[in-house]
Amino acid sequence: MNPRTPEARLGDGGLRRLIGRAADPRGAVVVLLIVILIAIVVLNPSFAEPGALMRFIQRVSPVAIVAIGQYFVIVSGEFDLSMGAVVTAQVMTAGHLIGEDDSKTVPVLIIMLVIGGVVGIVNGLATTLLKVPSFIVTLGTMLVIHGAVMWWTGGAATGNPAESFRQLGRGGIEGIPILGLLPYAVLILVAVTVFAVWISRRPFGRTVVAIGDNAEAVAFAGANVWRTKTLAFVLSSLAATVAGVLLAGYAGVHPSVGQGYEFTAITAVVLGGVVLGGGRGTVLGALIGAFTLESLFTLLNFTSVPATMRDAIQGAIIIAAVAYSGVVFAKKRRRPATSATTSPTNDQTDPSTTSAGTLSPIQLTGGDEAARK
Amino acid sequence: MRTQLRRLDTTALVYLALIGVLIIGAVLVATTGRNFFSPGNVRDILTGMSVLGFVAIGQTLVILGASLDLSVPYVMSLASLVAAQTMNGSDAMVLPAVLLTLVVTACIGLANGLIVTVLGVHGFVATLGVGLILKGYLDTNYKGTEGSVPWSFQLFGATGVGPVPISTIVMLALAGLVAFLLVRTRFGHHLFAVGGNSEVARLSGVRQRLPLIGAHIGSSVCAGLAGLLLASRLGVGSPTVGSQGSYDLLSIAAVVLGGTVLMGGRGSIWGTIGGVAIFAVLDNLMSVMQFNPFLKDVIRGLVIIIAVALYARRRVIARRIRFADAPPGPNIATGAVPERDLEIDRDLETDGDLETDRDPEAEREGSRG
Amino acid sequence: MRRGLRSALGIASAAALIALAGCTTDPSVEPADEGEGAQEAPAEEWFDQELYDQQFKQREVDPDGPEDKPYLQMINPKMGDTSEFKSDGGKKMCFANASISNPWRQTGWITMNEQLKELKKNGVITEMETRDAQDNDDTQIADIDYFIAEGNCDGFIISPNSTAAITPAVERACKTDKPVIVFDRGVETDCAVTFIHPIGGFAWGIDTSQFLIDNLSEGDKVVALRILPGVDVLEQRWAAADKLFGEAGIEVVDYFTEGDPAEIKKVVSDELAKGDVQGIWMDAGDGAVSAIEAFEDAGKDYPVMTGEDELSFLRKWKDTEMTALAPVYTNFQWRTPLLAAEKIFQGEEVPTEWVLPQSPITAEDLDEYLDRNKGMPDGHYAKFGGEDMAGYPQVWQDRVIP
Repeated sequence: MNPRTPEARLGDGGLRRLIGRAADPRGAVVVLLIVILIAIVVLNPSFAEPGALMRFIQRVSPVAIVAIGQYFVIVSGEFDLSMGAVVTAQVMTAGHLIGEDDSKTVPVLIIMLVIGGVVGIVNGLATTLLKVPSFIVTLGTMLVIHGAVMWWTGGAATGNPAESFRQLGRGGIEGIPILGLLPYAVLILVAVTVFAVWISRRPFGRTVVAIGDNAEAVAFAGANVWRTKTLAFVLSSLAATVAGVLLAGYAGVHPSVGQGYEFTAITAVVLGGVVLGGGRGTVLGALIGAFTLESLFTLLNFTSVPATMRDAIQGAIIIAAVAYSGVVFAKKRRRPATSATTSPTNDQTDPSTTSAGTLSPIQLTGGDEAARK
Repeated sequence: MRTQLRRLDTTALVYLALIGVLIIGAVLVATTGRNFFSPGNVRDILTGMSVLGFVAIGQTLVILGASLDLSVPYVMSLASLVAAQTMNGSDAMVLPAVLLTLVVTACIGLANGLIVTVLGVHGFVATLGVGLILKGYLDTNYKGTEGSVPWSFQLFGATGVGPVPISTIVMLALAGLVAFLLVRTRFGHHLFAVGGNSEVARLSGVRQRLPLIGAHIGSSVCAGLAGLLLASRLGVGSPTVGSQGSYDLLSIAAVVLGGTVLMGGRGSIWGTIGGVAIFAVLDNLMSVMQFNPFLKDVIRGLVIIIAVALYARRRVIARRIRFADAPPGPNIATGAVPERDLEIDRDLETDGDLETDRDPEAEREGSRG
Repeated sequence: MRRGLRSALGIASAAALIALAGCTTDPSVEPADEGEGAQEAPAEEWFDQELYDQQFKQREVDPDGPEDKPYLQMINPKMGDTSEFKSDGGKKMCFANASISNPWRQTGWITMNEQLKELKKNGVITEMETRDAQDNDDTQIADIDYFIAEGNCDGFIISPNSTAAITPAVERACKTDKPVIVFDRGVETDCAVTFIHPIGGFAWGIDTSQFLIDNLSEGDKVVALRILPGVDVLEQRWAAADKLFGEAGIEVVDYFTEGDPAEIKKVVSDELAKGDVQGIWMDAGDGAVSAIEAFEDAGKDYPVMTGEDELSFLRKWKDTEMTALAPVYTNFQWRTPLLAAEKIFQGEEVPTEWVLPQSPITAEDLDEYLDRNKGMPDGHYAKFGGEDMAGYPQVWQDRVIP
């Protein structure tokens, strides 16, 4: 695998180098995030206090974790639309099964992880072995999971789960110097991020990106496509499960928790420079995308924009962000696109790419091969 | 027999599935002591088809071009409002209102198309974003239903020939027109080519942008027509009527259920109509049987996955037979047959077969050597 | 050649579908009345002084009817004659429901089914066929048309999904000369035998904003958490509250949250980061608890708050002993339509507009309502009005959706 894959660049350079390359779309998202954060602080200076920042990260954690899960699926060239329904199902399961009984926390947590794993396996196998497009598979599982959990609980869980369970999403370690409270959600987010970055540098992570770039070539190279993709779906569902645990604590149990999370996650991932259709993007990009999106919403809360205009602003910003990266890449790319440009760098894995003349299955957003040269 | 089944194209298979669902429906409904094919029930099914049918016809166009349109619900709502407000109860304003609605929706489609092609934004993101912008506009400017549709225009949604609503007939006529456009005109051929493989299409001298822009305009206009039909049925314009039916995801599901490949380049309008009909029959059946609404969603979800899995499996089997002599490659051993190989399999072409001089499919075949 | 075959097959299949249907020629869908389609466009602003004044007064009225059966009480009734519908024998009702997509509707739907079981025992209503429109106007119109054509209905119960859009379909149902009962949201026609609803959105807005105004002082800040724009029932609540807050000099900001607790918590946390908030106003109680928890997590004093009679809120209110009020969008109205149908078939008079009481739960009532609803799930509504039915409390505790 080419050493200068996006992950490697992000990892080596760190944030500072990215800021230096503001014109780079991935850098541009960081600049956008910083601009938004500065704007929030200008409007409301107390936001910059460490305690308030921790609270902010706590709030972003579920979205960020869901975005990281969605990253693995999207970078492999697929979609996971079932995430929102999985979040709802897990929140409702926690409320319905745990109740006020502290001793049930651990067993139910295990049940929830099993549910998450099973959903991921079903999504993955239906996509890879049954050859059903993931958009359709996960649309189907979204309907099935949501309908089933509503039918099972009668639309309302018994009540909020026991406080010990809710602490994960709501509480934290108290008495930390400077920070005051260190929310568990922040620790969980850090752990998830570290794990995701680690796994994305393992063979699995590299294969997933390569599959998104050119599944055929990866298959020819002898990699196990179906197992890798299924694992990506499992990671996605497990991420939704973790987000569900955090949300049950942060917000409480209600059937509308998790609604629309699939689109929020995809938007965050795309904002972070991950390309729909697969093959390009980084875990940290997805993470930054989630933070950008959530801080944008926070900024809107701090300004007096009419409540109804928020969707419009969100819509304009995602189009602008993706279009910007597309235009910048198009400028960087001097020579005209040929079939070879789609995957010139994965030399080791796909010797057959150019001769097959294939493009990634879904049109890319202009491709970011330039960044990889 | 098995070979014959295999040789049936996907569209025929969709209609076989539809007939299957109809038979199941007839039997189940008969157990409740009713007639599935009574005029009222047929009208219920066909009415259920009309709105989703219009949207799905447009969605087929963009999906054939390897894009998506998630903005349709908001286009529909906006169309219903533009129409109802312009008409404002006056018969004389019906025609101007319809024309204005079509122009407005065509402009939204143009915007979608330009964002996708010129700015190079993936259709999913572009139309999601445009949809959100429209939603913000609707929520800010409209507080509930507005305008009013004169009786003459309400007839469009309210009358029928026998049990067949006029709206269904119009929808089927539109389907015929679009099917003709796809199969017989340069626009259609180019759209298939661009959707199948935009790079090969470009090398073959097809301009990539125009067909896709055209498809997006077509999709928005079809959503506009659906909005007009809704305005006619509701008698007013409504800012939420489009999102009420989740027509974005359902139309995509119907298109894929109808055998169109989500990655573009292969599929047919008649397949889509079949997919829409399967949904309508299923919905009608579950309503007559008084299913719990939550279970309805479960069944819809299962049907979507299982039905599409059947087509997809079939493609895989067919391919194996064709290449039976070839030594199994590593991908076949793992069961991971890349989609792209299958698409080149011309034996399984649906309406995408282009027997013109410049056949991009042939180009693609050729480019593989 | 193959293409031709395919097209032929497609057309043939479509034609077969039509042909199978037989050749009937009487679409039941007919013009209501020539020219009736041209109605007044609804006003753009939701505030309606006349309705506001009317609901303001109705709040003070002692309702007629049995003291222990609030679901049969009525405010200022104008009785209408129903003798034309009087007939013996078991009747089949057809119920076009908007949806059961939120906890309020689910609770009501369970109660309605329990009521149906009771009525089946006396043999007046033998059957109820239900079609659920899943929040879709177009589906509900088709549902009503289906009932007219195929339902063999002796009467219709309609819970409209939206006011103006369902009006033509309700008019078509009235044309069948069977009794039509509308409840919850209204329609723009009075052809129904009775329209059952609690006092209304303005009364909610008045009760809640008055409570906040009484407990706050001028210049205090209230955060208004609203579900969705454009729904008349909800918009009227806000229209009244906004007016009164303005008059009292209370500073108020409003947000749409879709009832999502996570969104509510974010909004409230951001408002608390901006500055102190003294009051929370909600147009529906979904997610009320997360708003309160936002104050807890920020280490701020509890606000003065109005939620709804959802048990999650009542329980949290009890735990925190905060200053609160639980306005009620009368859930027991789900019992009334079937009871009205029974009266109509017996030829008893019913009010043409059946206004049910809508009195908020106050701090004094709190314990009583918590006691009555022991063991119910958090999404249950305290004033569900089914305490005297056979299934109480098990059916509501299990919350199995029929």
